Amino acid sequence: MKNVLEINNVTKNYGDFRALNNVSIHIPKGSVYGLLGPNGAGKTSLIRIINQITMADSGTVFLDGDLLTPKHTADIGYMPEERGLYKSMKVGEQALYLAQLKGLSKSEAKKRLKYWFEKFDIMAWWNKKIEELSKGMAQKVQFIVTVMHNPKLLIFDEPFSGFDPINAQIIAKEILQLRDEGATIIFSTHRMESVEEMCDEIALIDKSNKILDGTLNAIKNEFRTNTFQIGVQTENPKELEALLKENFEVFPSDFKLLGNEYTTNVKLSATAAANDLLSLLASKGQVQHFLELIPSANDIFIQAVHKNQ
Amino acid sequence: MGKLKLIIQREFIAKVRNKSFIIMTFLSPLIMLAMGALVFFLMKKNDQKIKEIVYVDNSGLFSKEDFKDTKTLHYKDFTSLGLEATKKKVEKGDFFGALIIPKNDSLAILASSVEFYSKDSPGISIINSLENKIETKLRNVQLNYFGIDINKINASRIRSDIKMFNFSGEEFSKLINGLKIGVGAITGYLLMMFVIIYGTSVMRSVIEEKTSRIIEIIVSSVKPFQLMLGKIIGNATAGLLQFFIWGIIIFIITTVLSSFFGVDVVEMQTSAISAQQLETAKQITGANKLQLVIQEILRLPILKLFLLFIFYFLGGYMLYSSLFAAVGAAVDNETDTQQFMLPIMLPLILAVYVGFATVISDPHGPISVAFSYIPLTSPIVMLMRVPFGVLWYELVISMTLLIVTFVFMVWFAAKIYRVGILMYGKKPTYKDLYKWIKYKG
Repeated sequence: MKNVLEINNVTKNYGDFRALNNVSIHIPKGSVYGLLGPNGAGKTSLIRIINQITMADSGTVFLDGDLLTPKHTADIGYMPEERGLYKSMKVGEQALYLAQLKGLSKSEAKKRLKYWFEKFDIMAWWNKKIEELSKGMAQKVQFIVTVMHNPKLLIFDEPFSGFDPINAQIIAKEILQLRDEGATIIFSTHRMESVEEMCDEIALIDKSNKILDGTLNAIKNEFRTNTFQIGVQTENPKELEALLKENFEVFPSDFKLLGNEYTTNVKLSATAAANDLLSLLASKGQVQHFLELIPSANDIFIQAVHKNQ
Repeated sequence: MGKLKLIIQREFIAKVRNKSFIIMTFLSPLIMLAMGALVFFLMKKNDQKIKEIVYVDNSGLFSKEDFKDTKTLHYKDFTSLGLEATKKKVEKGDFFGALIIPKNDSLAILASSVEFYSKDSPGISIINSLENKIETKLRNVQLNYFGIDINKINASRIRSDIKMFNFSGEEFSKLINGLKIGVGAITGYLLMMFVIIYGTSVMRSVIEEKTSRIIEIIVSSVKPFQLMLGKIIGNATAGLLQFFIWGIIIFIITTVLSSFFGVDVVEMQTSAISAQQLETAKQITGANKLQLVIQEILRLPILKLFLLFIFYFLGGYMLYSSLFAAVGAAVDNETDTQQFMLPIMLPLILAVYVGFATVISDPHGPISVAFSYIPLTSPIVMLMRVPFGVLWYELVISMTLLIVTFVFMVWFAAKIYRVGILMYGKKPTYKDLYKWIKYKG
């Protein structure tokens, strides 16, 4: 798959502080790419470099195969975490202005805006000032001005903050639809459940370094511990436990099943197969529950950052 | 450049649509004129009140002839009433003051032992006029004593009126000097006002974008430098429009007023000009003098003046407003701007003071010349000097320095601006600003 964005060995210093250290990230076309990391890790610095708000001290950024130049601002849509619009400017005028700054002609901008305003059913807000709108309403306008010029690359920093669950759902749907129409999405968030839901690939930045990247599945594979959650209906749980401890690593579990099953977590060695465990359990009782503990994005985030301490 | 145009347009429209701008535009000329009329009216009223002064002349040297009533001062001879009774009358408030002239054989001692009693302290002009009367009288007495005919002295008084020429053999009048001072002072003052009003307006607009957080969206589409430039130009355009409207309104009002009431408003305004200039104006009488003045105005290099005005006006405004923009970018709210405003306002105010203090007395003196070179003060001081004729090489030095400084300052301001607009939280120190300048890209 072709990469729409290639960031190679980017380093950025602010005075003595190194915000990004030799960071390389490749983002495939048509993907939703999660840019994760603790607060202050350097995500915003990286996003600002992609947006050419600041320049990298060293390293290169290619958009669609071309070295990034000011003309590319028209190919990028950016919704910063700290949202903002001119408070005393009318919604329509403001959107037109921002669209024109992105290089659209006035008539084209009007056409696009009409499409989006009708889609969100907010045509009535056109002549209202931002200060007259609620926060959620302003966020919708913010979303529209981010996407209205049909950019190749969309960067959303915490896109769902400020939206109620219903509107967050609508925005998520729109983002995925934009991806289906060919846009590539960079998605920076701390909400790991939305990473699981939406991201194809992720990169994890911590303390100015990229410490992890790849497809979500590959990373999960890398972080899986071969640990299974089991629940067995047996007459002699003590005997089963002893047997398990003899062959595997056993951790107490805290999950509940419906009956009085014996439950625990079992970690297999790297060479053991799940079937070995399963056949042992089946010989001792009725297997009610057998689930591999696949690390969540949340677990991976915490583990990777801890490891990097 | 399309984006710059868009930014200028937006800034202009945002400024012009602002309610306070509209109110300021249409109300301030009215307020200014009303204030002028009020001051004029009060001055008239103040002068119209007649003050009665009584005098007790124990020397016997003075007569009614020496104390002639004027429009505002009336004199009464209370010599017969005696010293104490007169003082009491004044103390009661029947009269404004009492002038007591004692008896003394020595005129010199007499001259310095005259006393004036009053409840309210008299204005300096009253005392001056009384001293003048006493001095004149005593001198005449002295002259008489020496056997000199006073009439001969009066007849021998001659007024000199020096006609001034330059080396191209053209005659110039004194009134034109007043005119030059007026033009210089007005343009210099205008520039200062413009810089302060629209510089702070640029600053506010920067702070607004910062606090509303739209700045990050804007700079993801345009370069921060473009945005800063757009703001500066947009605000200046709005400012020029405002000045233009003010000019029109004032012109209309003065025309209407003078045709309605037959009052010559221009004369009303010039009455505020210093007495010295009026004196000069009075001396120039007769049609040929007036012609001379008109000739001379026409002889002023109007086009050159105009071009230099534009250059220094724009140069000064751009230089200062880029600094204002940098200040706006460095802080999160307007209250934090004060510590950074002082170093900007200082040279501006200094320029106006130096201009008024030195250029008017000697437009080509060393201080005037120096300050018309120093880039932060040169726009104002040079504008004040220009009507008096400035040598070409002085202009070249001043303009070159201004351009070089302008480029450097805009670069410097843009650096702070670019970093500052994305910084939130703690109020930066000068040390922080220095660090920002060193940041790359």
